[in-house]
Amino acid sequence: MSETNLHMVILAAPLLAAFAVNLLGRLSRAWIAPLTLGALGISTLASVGILFQVLGEGTIRYTVGNWSPPFGIELVVDPLSALMLLLVSSVALVATVSALKSVQLEMEGREHLFFTLYLILIAGLVGLVLTADAFNLYVLLEITSITSYGLIAMGRGRAVLSSFNYIIMGSIGASFYLLGVGYLYILTGSLNMADIAGILPGLNAGAAVATAFAFLLVGLWIKMAFFPLHGWLSPAYSHAPTGAGVLMAPLVTKVTIYLMIRIMFSVFSPEYVFSAHPGIQTAIVWAAALGILCASALALGQRDLRKMLTYIIVAEVGYMVGGVWLANANGMTGAVLHILNDALMTLCLFLSVSAIASRTSSLSFDSLGGLYRRMPLTMAAFTIGAFSMIGVPPTCGFFSKWYLILGGVEAGHWGFVAALVISSLVNAVLFFRIIEIAFFGNIPGEPVVQEAPTEAPWSMLSPLVVTAVALIVVGLGSGRIVSGIISLTIPGGF
Amino acid sequence: MENISSVWPLAAVVISLTAAIPILLSERRPNLREGWTLLAGLGKLSIVAALLPGVMAGKRYVFTIAEVLPGVPIQLRVDAMGMFFALVASFLWIFTSLYSIGYMRTLREHDQTRYFASFAVAISATIGVAFSANLLTLYLFYEMLSLSTYPLVTHERNADSRASGRKYLTYILGTSIGLVLPAMLIVYAAAGTLDFTTGGILAGTTLSPATLALLLILFVAGFAKAGVMPFHAWLPAAMVAPTPVSSFLHGVAVVKVGVFSILRVIFDIFGPDLLRDLNYGVVLTYFVSITILSASLIALTQDNLKRRLAYSTVAQLSYMILGAGMLTAAGMTGGLLHIAMHAFGKITLFFCAGAIYVASHKKYISEMDGLGRRMPITYAAFFLGSMSIIGLPPFGGFISKWKLVVGAAEGGQMVILTVLLVSSLLNAAYFLPIVYRGFFMPPREASVAQVREAPAFCLVPLCVTALGSMALFFYPDIFLRLAHLALGE
Amino acid sequence: MEGILAEIVAKYNYWLYVVLMMIGFYAMIGKRNLVKKLLGMNIFQTAIILFFVSTGVKRGGGIPILDKYKVLEHGVDVAQVVNPLPHVLMLTAIVVAVSITGVALAILQRIYREYGTLEEDEILEKVGE
Repeated sequence: MSETNLHMVILAAPLLAAFAVNLLGRLSRAWIAPLTLGALGISTLASVGILFQVLGEGTIRYTVGNWSPPFGIELVVDPLSALMLLLVSSVALVATVSALKSVQLEMEGREHLFFTLYLILIAGLVGLVLTADAFNLYVLLEITSITSYGLIAMGRGRAVLSSFNYIIMGSIGASFYLLGVGYLYILTGSLNMADIAGILPGLNAGAAVATAFAFLLVGLWIKMAFFPLHGWLSPAYSHAPTGAGVLMAPLVTKVTIYLMIRIMFSVFSPEYVFSAHPGIQTAIVWAAALGILCASALALGQRDLRKMLTYIIVAEVGYMVGGVWLANANGMTGAVLHILNDALMTLCLFLSVSAIASRTSSLSFDSLGGLYRRMPLTMAAFTIGAFSMIGVPPTCGFFSKWYLILGGVEAGHWGFVAALVISSLVNAVLFFRIIEIAFFGNIPGEPVVQEAPTEAPWSMLSPLVVTAVALIVVGLGSGRIVSGIISLTIPGGF
Repeated sequence: MENISSVWPLAAVVISLTAAIPILLSERRPNLREGWTLLAGLGKLSIVAALLPGVMAGKRYVFTIAEVLPGVPIQLRVDAMGMFFALVASFLWIFTSLYSIGYMRTLREHDQTRYFASFAVAISATIGVAFSANLLTLYLFYEMLSLSTYPLVTHERNADSRASGRKYLTYILGTSIGLVLPAMLIVYAAAGTLDFTTGGILAGTTLSPATLALLLILFVAGFAKAGVMPFHAWLPAAMVAPTPVSSFLHGVAVVKVGVFSILRVIFDIFGPDLLRDLNYGVVLTYFVSITILSASLIALTQDNLKRRLAYSTVAQLSYMILGAGMLTAAGMTGGLLHIAMHAFGKITLFFCAGAIYVASHKKYISEMDGLGRRMPITYAAFFLGSMSIIGLPPFGGFISKWKLVVGAAEGGQMVILTVLLVSSLLNAAYFLPIVYRGFFMPPREASVAQVREAPAFCLVPLCVTALGSMALFFYPDIFLRLAHLALGE
Repeated sequence: MEGILAEIVAKYNYWLYVVLMMIGFYAMIGKRNLVKKLLGMNIFQTAIILFFVSTGVKRGGGIPILDKYKVLEHGVDVAQVVNPLPHVLMLTAIVVAVSITGVALAILQRIYREYGTLEEDEILEKVGE
């Protein structure tokens, strides 16, 4: 038991605000913004507090309702989850500033419903980061998924179809995960992660443990859209309301990767994961490399800005999965750093997408012509986000890529190294195609019509600018982040 | 060598970067805007000049911007080699700025604010490359330069410049991400550092000769700004840019950043001794000799004046790498010196090409008959510049070429000696006809009669650089001393 | 062959769930009607719920409702009662499954209103893919 309950504050603030928003938001729209921002602001402050607390005093363990583990549900805040808490709450806060405006533009009158789901989704993500109980994790996983389904279905046109598709895929993933938990429970009689981790090595049940591990992994891979289980992501995220996209795209896949790390190293152990089944580790890194290449190729085929970004998300998932499975400290550092960086750069790009969407009829490449003149600040931020995706120093994307490639070099896994380099090149092509269109206009040879700047509303622009600056600040600070926080998250045995 | 912690290296780099902000803000007041440009230029030169005496005395000024990777901070360090390049670049930038004002205003170009702002960022990146203390920092500024020059290359915003911009980025960004980045990681994985150290950091590592050869190829090809064939095609394509861009960026900053990076890698990452032991220097010299000869031959066939200059640049850049590849004291000094000598010569030639375009709107050499008599000052400067490039006394180009010849002779490399000789003849063959046509051929078009000299803003800078390349013959001491210091003699 | 058969008979309940699960899985992936997909999902989830429930069962075990005074005197004879924890867990899982079904049905309604059909092929035809 720790003295403070800051982590409960982080969890409770958005959850309680969700109900308040639903009730008060019906009465007046004016309640929504202060409640949402207030709750997320409190969460963010508390996450900062808890990060310093964890760094100072070490891991915090908290038992919900004083039911002592392994029977009660335990919440654990170690350096990695503290970092994730800060990431989730701050990204959510920044995204919300923009989402408030875009939701108002897109679905006037239904805002309280949107933000109810939105806040529960955030609470679910926070819960996922905190929990140390395998079954509780399943429930929270479904809470985040159900709210996501709802948020996506609030979009126009094909959104409902994509949402249904996501429901089917998401449920398969969750069911697989649940099956894995069932196997673990049969084997160990426990659901507490630390408890299971203590019992597993003493068991002489190779096949059953392997089956449990495989189900857990595949379940999470579906949820994180690891290639080739990525089919649901692109339609879901590109048809979702822009306000939902700015929250889900940066966070949901990244939190799921965090969960994979949790399962791999808090339930199982690095020795088990990497050495019990020789060949698996290499095979998964190859799968990640292949996933990166295929997703990049798919991104090349898109003619819509948001669709393209969704495929880049799929490719980035491959970066992180591959990094974790490289089985060395550099790869792991790269993966964790990339969770952070990728969330920020995806946020930056999706925020610019929603800023652009507020001023253009569509997001297809053809309607992006001349944007540099019309929306100079938005495009400047977009450019920084793009550079970070390509991996141009000193933006943060470069540094995580550096660790990932270094891990690949150390592991002698040249396929992964090549995939990362090629994907950087493909990203360069992808983004410069857009930059070129936005710089030149559409029709080659014709002079660009000189239009007066029509920037996005300030409420969408300010979070975007903040994120773009954060990309550079985090990049320059990555040395401190790695030595101060991430080095503590590398599990023993690396 | 004494290291002094100082904030001045940072100031030298960021002064023009920060100037980009007031430049963007004073869009409506062109005179104020150009004032910022010139102010930043003078400030930059003064800071660089203020650091010069210390560097000459063997000191090094260090500033760490951020600790980003274990053992590899983003760090600036002013040493002799960096000072050498920074001095050339910041001196020439001022004259380019003056020239830009004349050129852009006379032609009433659009988007001048963006032009001057991008230029300011580009010169920051150039000085950043010069002052980089390690390969990572160099890479950072190298990329910054690539990206900030894209709007300059594509300034015209038509189909032509769009295609060229695409080519430019494909070559420059493609090679730096695809080749330099992996090479850098391999070096880091093997040596644990990327710091530029006299004598190199790869000597004691476990890398096999084959891997080292691969690394050398990755670096030489990867720094495609140096235009070593087959990665040279971006340079002629980039000539669609306005002439001040071509003259400064594609005569001095961008291309020499490429060469400078390769020289840094040869001197301070590999180390001459390691390359000498492996005998890779000779291979490198033969390799770039191909570029020297074929680019010169292609230059002969070009009718577009700027493209001819571009191919000449491709050839001249490889001289510098050739010098470094000789791995003899004289050769390496010659290679380094040629950075400065060629810069003054080539920028003059580009300035002249721009002045001719401003005055007569002519781009093709075949149309320029008789133009010399209408624009005697420009043509005289052109003549001086080409003499320096050909390498005749009393011009700066002679000194560096002489060193190269001595270096080749010392190394007993008769093939290289022949290459140098043949290439000089080719230089003469593609430059002198231009001057001859200008002065001695009768004009083909009646319009030539109305042509007058370009405005003073254009004319003064080109005279200064032309005389500068002559002055370098008589007073090469600063650069010689810096080159010697850089090579640790 | 004998061995496998014995294995199946001994653990027939698990094999049954595997069959159920496969039926559900097939419906989710293979069927083109969206309602059938949803039904398949329910079968799939039910199979998992049954699987969990049967992990708690013991031969001869009764329901885990205990007499307070007897327990205080003799303690709990764990062999006499089934393990209640998986059952409790499955209550939660059922809630989750029901809510997902609810959301899915609501979405199906909207799909039907938008496209006038719940056949995937026809919908895809309408949106033009």
